[in-house]
Order: sequence, then structure tokens, then C-alpha cells
Amino acid sequence: MALLELHNVSKGFGEGKYRTEVLKNINLSMEEGEFLAIVGFTGSGKTTLIKMISGLLSPDEGEILFRGNPVTGTSHERGVVFQNYSLLPWFTVYENVALAVNERYPDWTKETKDIHTRKYIEMVNLTPALNKRPAELSGGMRQRVSVARALAMNPEMLLMDEPLSALDALTRGTLQQEIINIWTKDKRTALLITNDVDEGILMADRIIPLTTGPNATLGPEFRIDIERPRDKTELNDNEEYKKTRNDIIEYLMDMGAEVKTKKTTNYRLPELKPIMPGKTFRKRKEEDKLKYF
Amino acid sequence: MKAIALKLCSVTGMKWGIPFVKLFSGEEVLEQLKEIWGTVGIPLIAIVTFLLIWHFGAKQIDTSLGQVPGPAMVWEQTKALWAEHVDERIKADEFYARQDARNAAKLAKNPNANIRVVDYTGKPTYIDQIFTSLKTVFMGFLIASLIALPIGIICGLSKKIMQALNPMIQVFKPVSPLAWLPIVTMIVSAVYVTNDGWLEKSFIISAITVSLCSLWATLINTALGVSSVNEDYINVAKVLQLSPTKKTFKIVLPATLPLIFTGLRISLGVGWMVLIAAEMLAQNPGLGKFVWDEFQNGSSQSLARIMVAVFTVGIIGFILDRIMVELQKLVSFDKKTIA
Ligand SMILES: Nc1ncnc2c1ncn2[C@@H]1O[C@H](COP(=O)(O)OP(=O)(O)O)[C@@H](O)[C@H]1O
Ligand SMILES: [Mg+2]
Repeated sequence: MALLELHNVSKGFGEGKYRTEVLKNINLSMEEGEFLAIVGFTGSGKTTLIKMISGLLSPDEGEILFRGNPVTGTSHERGVVFQNYSLLPWFTVYENVALAVNERYPDWTKETKDIHTRKYIEMVNLTPALNKRPAELSGGMRQRVSVARALAMNPEMLLMDEPLSALDALTRGTLQQEIINIWTKDKRTALLITNDVDEGILMADRIIPLTTGPNATLGPEFRIDIERPRDKTELNDNEEYKKTRNDIIEYLMDMGAEVKTKKTTNYRLPELKPIMPGKTFRKRKEEDKLKYF
Repeated sequence: MKAIALKLCSVTGMKWGIPFVKLFSGEEVLEQLKEIWGTVGIPLIAIVTFLLIWHFGAKQIDTSLGQVPGPAMVWEQTKALWAEHVDERIKADEFYARQDARNAAKLAKNPNANIRVVDYTGKPTYIDQIFTSLKTVFMGFLIASLIALPIGIICGLSKKIMQALNPMIQVFKPVSPLAWLPIVTMIVSAVYVTNDGWLEKSFIISAITVSLCSLWATLINTALGVSSVNEDYINVAKVLQLSPTKKTFKIVLPATLPLIFTGLRISLGVGWMVLIAAEMLAQNPGLGKFVWDEFQNGSSQSLARIMVAVFTVGIIGFILDRIMVELQKLVSFDKKTIA
């Protein structure tokens, strides 16, 4: 039995005229221990998908099953690393992680909890920043705390929403490696949302693209059969890697092109209007006014 | 040293001190002089102009209590009030010294002598009255906070309760202390009958009136803060599955503290403003009563003394506000948002 199943899941926001259908007919199945990456453009509904799987949002249609049981709310079985870190700024690094540990293991003794908390902070190399507050940390460090907080709860499944997108390339590389190492150690099921195909190939067993919204849905899956441990520098010469990468990027580009042509057809082309200096500018301004006031 | 001086300037709200500190440490002299002109020079000119207009304007108006006092007379009365206070303290000390001496003598004669210790009963000085006012406003502020914080939190957590209470909040909020006072007086007189209590009735009446006027700002800000906590933090609470109590204390309240303190700051300001009126009518022995008494037994110095009270109220209000700002900075995780 699959660990996670999504059957014809759809989700939209708003009512009536303002309604947008974000996700449509999402079908997905994940096996235990698997590392899956979902790639997609910004705004296509990746965060919405993660929130539904975690239980923060419920689907409008379809069902989400975890171990065969419908997901009705959040659970300690599914840990989340949020896109924007979501650390509590009034707590230190230690307190942020400890809060999670306390909730997960309320029956443990103080010492056990303390050891456990420190262990996960050490795992993401943040012991020196133990007593710092999020405001004093760099983006990469904050993301590490967020990862440590999720891991410390020992979830059966780790949901990561673009955990590394906001980071510079160097930090990103290091953290990718750290996450893979941790995952390899205890083989938790992991779902990674990313906008970086290379990141997906480096880390995942399987990549599924999410088409652009509205009505975004999952595209065909791409298996990554490259042996682990994968080395970023060696990958560049790997034929399998090159092929998969090209396939995925081609798929995404085609999709992007499709969207673009769709959009240009109902675009009002400014060149068609006679350009009169001064006049257009004023007209523009009036249009803006109408819109905002 | 320089760092300490700079810190001191910003904590006390005397931002104009900063360029002086920098000037003395020889940092960009021209820049600092310009800064000083802007922050000290211009206000100084404005103040001097004000004093001059006051000085010459006051001479034009004769009241039943004599000429309207100018700045010089007000300054004189300030010194006079201080001198009276010092005098009164000396008298008190002498009184206690005499009493102690008498008692000691009695005990020396007869170890079982019945000795009496009485408190000195001089009239309260201006400084005593300031402290009474401060005590009253803090009492009122405390009552207001104890009522407003819990209700504000509940309103923020539950939309239904907010909808239920909002009309009443909006109606009671703009009511003047002068309207509350008679009602409070009657109720307190009816309920608080034991006059041997450790709290004066007039003190309780003033304090409650102050709280009735000042609690609204805290209540509204708390409710607003609690109901608008960043969704990300709420999501964390959900993912960690915090209990409602834990969610309130570990997430909602810390996230709301900056707004709560903004509310408390406004409340204390309003309370201090309202206090004078409340004390005047309730005859609580504070600054309000001082103003009222001076007005009643109008001597030639009365107006000048009342003006001293005006400045006292203003300066203390300013200091209270600075204290609240510093407290707010102390508890806020985001120190940049506080003006
Ligand atoms: N709570 C919400 N209310 C209304 N619209 C939303 C809400 N959350 C997301 N959306 C919309 O859904 C779309 C997808 O958002 P999101 O899932 O955050 O995309 P992604 O994570 O892929 O960048 C966007 O157009 C966004 O405006
Ligand atoms: Mg997103």
C-alpha cells in the first residue's frame, strides 16, 4: 500500500467572480522511503498542494489518504518545512526546536528532550547559534532551523516547500547535501517542492512537474535512476542526468511556451495604437486612476 | 563611553543629544553642527519666541486674580513650591525627632511607660501631590489593564464575542471622565462603605474613573493584534498541534505584544490626561485637587501655581510615554517597528 495517495484532488480560492481554480485533478501516489520532487513555476499552486497534504488546507474535491486514512487535519506524522521558514522570532534557535520536541514527546524527561533537541540542532550544524534569535541569523541558517524543527519531530513523511529557493547558490549546495545525508541515514519519505530542476535531479528518486495554473495538474513522472551518492560535479558528465534534465526542461519550456502564446492572443498590443507623445502618458494615468480609486 | 552616551540619548528620548556627543568625539564637525541647528537651534528659537509672546501677552490681560502671570512668575512659584516642600520635610523631621526624644526620655524614667507614636499631619506639599497623582494613575492603569487585556484577548480569539461587544466598546469609548465620575462616585459610595479602609474613597473613585477612560485603547489594540497574528505563525501552531493554551501563550501573545504595548502606551497617556479632571471633582489629594484648591482660594499667586501644574502634568506625561516606549522595545521581537 502506498504511504500517500491523492485521488482527483482539486482546490480553488475565492467565490463567484473572484474564484480561481488553482489545482485540478491531482493524482499522486508515494511509496514509503521514497524521495519525490515536484517542480513548477511560481504561482502554480505548489504551496497549496503542500498545505493540503500537511492538513493545513482541505481539498475542494477528491481525497488525500495517508496510510489509507483520509487526511482531516495536521498530524505529527507529516512534518513541514515552510517556504518562508516560519520560525517564531521571539524564540531562540533552541526554543524553536524545543517547542516542537515538547509537543511531539510530552512524556519524555527534561533531559531526554534536551539531548534530542541539541542532537537535531547539531545535525544541521547550528550548535554555535543555539541561543540566537531568528533575526540574528542568515537565510541559510534560518532554513536549517526550520529543517531541524521538522526533523526533530521524527515525522514519517517530510514535506519541504521550496526550502532552498531563497538561498544563494553556495549555501544551497551545502544544504542540499545536508538534507540528502539526513534522508539517507534514516530513509524517511520525503516530498520536495522546488523550482530548480537540477536540485530535483540531484536529490530525488522521481520528479513530477506541476503544470502552470490555473487548473494546474501533475505532468508525467521522470524517474532518476542515477546511483547514490550523487556528486554534483560528476553529474554534469552523466549521460542519464543530461538526458533527464533535457527532457524535463523541454517539458517545462513547452508548457511555458503554451502559456505564453495563450496569453499573447488576448493581449492588447500597444503598437497598434498611434503613439502621441504626452498624450499616451496622460491616458495611462487616467486608466490607472480608474483602477485604484 | 561614547556608545553609552549615545544609548542614553536615545533611551531618554533626547535624540538631540546625539549630535553633541558625536561633536565632542570629533566626528564630521560640520555635519554635526547642521544637525544641532536642526534639532536644538530651531526648537530653541521657537521656545524663546513662545516665552516672549507669553511674557508680553500676559501683561495685556487683567483677571480677577490680578495680571495673568508671565514665565518669570511661574518660575518663581515653581521655586516657591519646592521651598514649601523642603520646609514641610524639615518640620516633619523635627517633629519626629522631638517625639523620639520625648519617648526616649519617658522610657528612661520608666521602662514600662505607655509611649505614643503619632504620624506627622502636615498638609501635603506639591511634591506629595504629584506622587498621589502618580499612585492614582498607576492604580487606574492597573485596573484598566486587568480588565482590558483578558477581554481584548478573548475578543481577538473569537469573532462572535468581538461582534457582540463591539457596539458597547464603540459607545463607551468616547465618554468623558466628567460623565463617568458622578456615576462612579455614587456606586463606590454605595459599595465601599467601610471608611476605615486602607484606601481613600476619593482615591478609588479617581482611579476607577481613570480606568474607565483609558481601558479602551488597550482593549481594542489587543483584540486587533490577537485577531491579526501572522498566518505563518498560526500554521506553525497547527503543524506542531499546540493546545489552545499553549498556542495563546507561545504564539498569539508574543506575536501580539508590540500592539498590546502600543495600546498600553495610549492607555497610560489617556489615563494621565483624564486624571486631573477626575481628581478635581473627586477631591483626591493629587495634582487635580491642587489645581482646584488654587482656583478656589484664588490668591495673586494662584494662576502662576496652576501653570506650574500644567507644566508638571506635561513633563510627567512625556516621561511616562518614554518609559512605555522603552518597555515596548524590551518585550518586542521586532525592535524596528517602534517609533
Ligand atoms: N489563501 C489564498 N487565498 C486566495 N488565493 C490563494 C491563497 N493561497 C494561494 N492562492 C493563490 O493560489 C495560487 C497558487 O499559490 P501557491 O500555492 O502559493 O503557488 P506556489 O507555491 O506554486 O508559488 C496563486 O495564484 C495564489 O494567488
Ligand atoms: Mg510557494
